[in-house]
Amino acid sequence: MKTPKFLDPALEPIAEKVITGQRLTRSDGITLYRSSDLMGVGRLASLVRKRLYGTKTYYVYNQHLNYTNVCVNRCLFCAYSKDKGENGAFTLSLDDVVRLIQERTDEPIKEIHIVGGLNPELPFSYYLDLVRTVKSIRPETAVKAFTAVEIDHFSRISGLSLGKVFEAFKEAGLSMMPGGGAEILSDRIHLKLYKKKIGPQRWLEVTKEAHKAGIPTNATMLYGHIETLEERVNHLLKLRALQDETGGIQAFIPLAFHSENTTLAHIPPTTAFDDLKTIAVARLVLDNIPHIKAYWVMISPALAQVAMAFGADDMDGTIVEEKITHMAGARTPKRLTIDQLREMILAAGFEPVERDAFYGH
Amino acid sequence: MATRQSIKRLDFHLALDLYRNADLIDLGARADAVRRALHPEGTVTYVVDRNINYTNICTSGCFFCAFYRPKGHTEGYILSKDALKKKIQETIELGGTQVLLQGGMHPDLGLSFYEDLLGFIKDNLNIHVHGFSPPEIFFLSRKEGLSIEEVLKRLIRAGLGSIPGGGAEILVDRVRKVVSPRKCTADQWLEVMEKAHGLGLRTTATMMFGHVETLEERLEHIFKIRDLQDKTGGFTAFIPWSFQPENTRISVRKATAAEYLRTLAISRLVLDNIPNIQASWVTQGAKIAQIALFFGANDMGSTMIEENVVAAAGTSFRLSREEMVRLIETAGFNAQQRDTFYRPV
Repeated sequence: MKTPKFLDPALEPIAEKVITGQRLTRSDGITLYRSSDLMGVGRLASLVRKRLYGTKTYYVYNQHLNYTNVCVNRCLFCAYSKDKGENGAFTLSLDDVVRLIQERTDEPIKEIHIVGGLNPELPFSYYLDLVRTVKSIRPETAVKAFTAVEIDHFSRISGLSLGKVFEAFKEAGLSMMPGGGAEILSDRIHLKLYKKKIGPQRWLEVTKEAHKAGIPTNATMLYGHIETLEERVNHLLKLRALQDETGGIQAFIPLAFHSENTTLAHIPPTTAFDDLKTIAVARLVLDNIPHIKAYWVMISPALAQVAMAFGADDMDGTIVEEKITHMAGARTPKRLTIDQLREMILAAGFEPVERDAFYGH
Repeated sequence: MATRQSIKRLDFHLALDLYRNADLIDLGARADAVRRALHPEGTVTYVVDRNINYTNICTSGCFFCAFYRPKGHTEGYILSKDALKKKIQETIELGGTQVLLQGGMHPDLGLSFYEDLLGFIKDNLNIHVHGFSPPEIFFLSRKEGLSIEEVLKRLIRAGLGSIPGGGAEILVDRVRKVVSPRKCTADQWLEVMEKAHGLGLRTTATMMFGHVETLEERLEHIFKIRDLQDKTGGFTAFIPWSFQPENTRISVRKATAAEYLRTLAISRLVLDNIPNIQASWVTQGAKIAQIALFFGANDMGSTMIEENVVAAAGTSFRLSREEMVRLIETAGFNAQQRDTFYRPV
């Protein structure tokens, strides 16, 4: 049986480029996003994904640690942050951190993911001690911590340059950054939704400095709020340009916006059509970023499973105690076991490969 | 682009090979092309209705069922006419066009109960009754010592409008002996449908997969439906859905979204003679149901103002009419409310 041609003829010239390995343009990205031929776009993304990884799908045994929800930024899309002293506000002491990490030392955790709010009460030394503490209990485990937003904050409260900040954290044991806080890299969205937080320029600058300091990062995109499709494509192109320069981005992670309990609660949840399209377009446009992650906490395990056929090659991990998305109304489970994750991957016709933080296996 | 004429009939071995070996995305794209050739207007339909289960008392005791209660159980019920009337009135007020009337095989309820029930609805309410799956019809025929045809004729006379395709499970007796040993056989199920079609009743056909059946048996089911459709043309739609194991006596890993989509796509490809394939948001959730529209489905099924059977097995997704329309439209289709016969409302 012959594979049908594209339902959307606008995909034909893009397919030609994908097949011959040519870079896609901004207008290609927009055409892909606008196309109603989800399966056509998916087939192209799948072709690239298979060329890179065959049927391999990566996952990681990880632990999440959110050290505080107190945050001065109070972004409009966040249901997690609290003001200092507000009911439900918390900050982990180093003793709390010791307890949380020690609770699971019998598990083969490869990566500890640490992010938090910008709590003005915490001194620079807290963050260094946080990394040192985790590392002292689990020296073998990679610490993947702090968004560019937090790093910028550390630089300001310490008076140190970005280079010096990274140097200090590398010494403490930081080996990677998770890539959050990028939101949509657009000045318009910055002003509207997250104006107290660092903007697109600074996010890219901090991330670039991280790469220069030898710290690889991921890069995220928070989509499905007020941004246009053009702004999404611009976001991808900014990441692609940075990656051309540094090569330091390991994975791209689209984050579906969850509006519940935020001031943007009137915005409906992202659709599966949009979720899969976003993964597929990212795989096609980001020709220089190795991995595309389907983050099941955001889009449900069922859709993350299907996303493997639409360009995703990484299913993230067996996250325990995910808080940020669940505060915004995510009804996805907080934990998947390794067996559940592996079965999901196998049942979709892919081969599960456990990785470490750096995609070694 | 595929056209209706260019759709080639799949044989069993090719279907099996595709299920086993085709990439999920390629299989989906093939089903999508066929779906768009059969429904080039770019519409996805849905029906506004309510599942009314007139009794949960059932002698069948299927192993996959979390809904039924044995006779004498404190939670057993038979719906009163008042309750039935209220439920149907609510359905009509919400723009509903049909009620799906299904129940257990209650050992004490004879044909006169059903005739009375249908007559009551016909006399008091303006709604289409899509009711009584083949196992219920077969049960009545045995209980009353009447032919299937006679039972059907009397139900039609009393007001039955069409038959839902439930109770098909997997139409292979090896499987039925394991999961529903006291229910009608595969041939008896098909016989009821054939007779119903012969009397001018349209019906749907379902398939509950992902329990003890082999892949070959799952395909055998789909091919049996295709064969009967070649003969009668009476099926309006095919509705595959995955077994929900919670609270039942069958312990298996629940079929994943990828397996559901694969089965849906194969159904679309094999059933070239059945116009409509329904997505099952009730078992898959809204996200996967939307993606199902690209894996062969052209109908979102019912808004299900009420649903009890799947909910009893631990799966309870909710979907308002507005949300259903949004799902359809954001996927790039026109949403169209339909009646039982897939005509626009």
